[in-house]
Amino acid sequence: MSSHTHNHVHTIADDIKDKTFQDVSLCYQCGKCSAGCPVRYYMDVAPNKVVRLIQLGFYEEALKSTTPWLCAGCMTCSSRCPQEFDLAKFMDAVRETAIEKGVKVKDKDIITFHKAFLNQIKSFGRAYEVGLVAEYKLKTMHLFDDVDSSPGMLLKGKLKVLPHNIKDKESVKKIFKKTAKK
Amino acid sequence: MEAILKVGYFPGCSQTGTAREYDISLRKVVENLGASFDEVKDWSCCGATSAHVTNHKLASALAMRNVMLAEQQGLDDMVAPCAACYNRLVSSQYEMKKHPEVKQEVESVLETKFQKDIKVMNLIELFMKIGLEKITENRKEELKSLNVACYYGCLLVRPAEITKFDDAEQPTSMEKLVELTGAKTVDWNSKVECCGAAHSIARRDIVVELSKKIIDDAKRHGANVMVVACPMCHTNLDMRQTIMKRVFPEYKEFPVLYLTELLGLALGMDEKELGIDLHTVKFNYNELAAEKATV
Repeated sequence: MSSHTHNHVHTIADDIKDKTFQDVSLCYQCGKCSAGCPVRYYMDVAPNKVVRLIQLGFYEEALKSTTPWLCAGCMTCSSRCPQEFDLAKFMDAVRETAIEKGVKVKDKDIITFHKAFLNQIKSFGRAYEVGLVAEYKLKTMHLFDDVDSSPGMLLKGKLKVLPHNIKDKESVKKIFKKTAKK
Repeated sequence: MEAILKVGYFPGCSQTGTAREYDISLRKVVENLGASFDEVKDWSCCGATSAHVTNHKLASALAMRNVMLAEQQGLDDMVAPCAACYNRLVSSQYEMKKHPEVKQEVESVLETKFQKDIKVMNLIELFMKIGLEKITENRKEELKSLNVACYYGCLLVRPAEITKFDDAEQPTSMEKLVELTGAKTVDWNSKVECCGAAHSIARRDIVVELSKKIIDDAKRHGANVMVVACPMCHTNLDMRQTIMKRVFPEYKEFPVLYLTELLGLALGMDEKELGIDLHTVKFNYNELAAEKATV
């Protein structure tokens, strides 16, 4: 049972439900999600166990695990769950909550990538790969990754030197502003 | 004279850059089959992985801005050839339909009211709409030397409740399309396995391992080419072969084509016209056919 019914404290489980309409109490721990997960091998906690941690109120353990960040969003789990619990969506909410709570993320390159990606969208309205890679490399100091493929990509016109600007950039900036976390 | 079928087009960011050849080949094939595109004006990024893993409200609003523009432009449907964009758009529509509070929220962010239910199609649905018989009618070349591994990846078929397309575990719609070109398709195990998706930059190790597993499986089942319908999958499966070769010295390159490129070849276009020369792994149909004839 969620703590809703006991003392009306708004728990992280409730918050996840608010964000994604996913009720963790549906999960009966069959483990089918973890069995079919293509990235389970890289994770520190099996996906079904992250659900269990949230069910039992071990929020800190769940939020600081690498699992949500390594989830590739392939939705194999979501489409196979016998309880129709959308685990991929649940993982989105766990990540979002970890960011809101300022939890230190172990695999921080992944979050740096997502932030750099969103910064390009906010500025130009569309993805700008050169800007994205530049920001990502400077922030992670992985300066020499992909030096073998990038020059070829530029020559083939696959990486553009200048960003694509949409006309109504303001409308996209406004979306970012209106949905920003308080 | 038949009226030209007009379809809305949401290209997505990759089509203007890393997947330039997907856009080139798609436009040529669609025109060749007697249809035409009405591109969504001033479209923006669908939000991609980065939005939905960090902020669910941002994700819905970024995706729905494009559906809003399509509606304002008077479109009834639109194709999103990138499987990832397709999935973001249909998922956001689904959430809005299922939960009135999400609809209200998105409408308030975008300062609009959604009136229409715009049908967002993936690449395969687009060809179903154009008519599969058009491919047979316009075919110039029978691609008999190809054994194709059709790769769907994750986002064309999952989750079934949202995409309502084909089968989440054993899809076959791409095979039906590919066989119209005269090519054979192989029965294999990895058609809906994940290539590592958006981890392409931050966790290349994961992408290389998952993508190599998929390619190895295609080879094991006798394929000589793989066909995909997603720019993100193509980057991982084609471009990341540079790393596979470096890490595994015995690794042999394997060509990966966009479905539109394969169709273009059957419709009589050549590799250069279709942008196939922009791939990391080279592909030339005649060379492959000649090579196959000698073994």
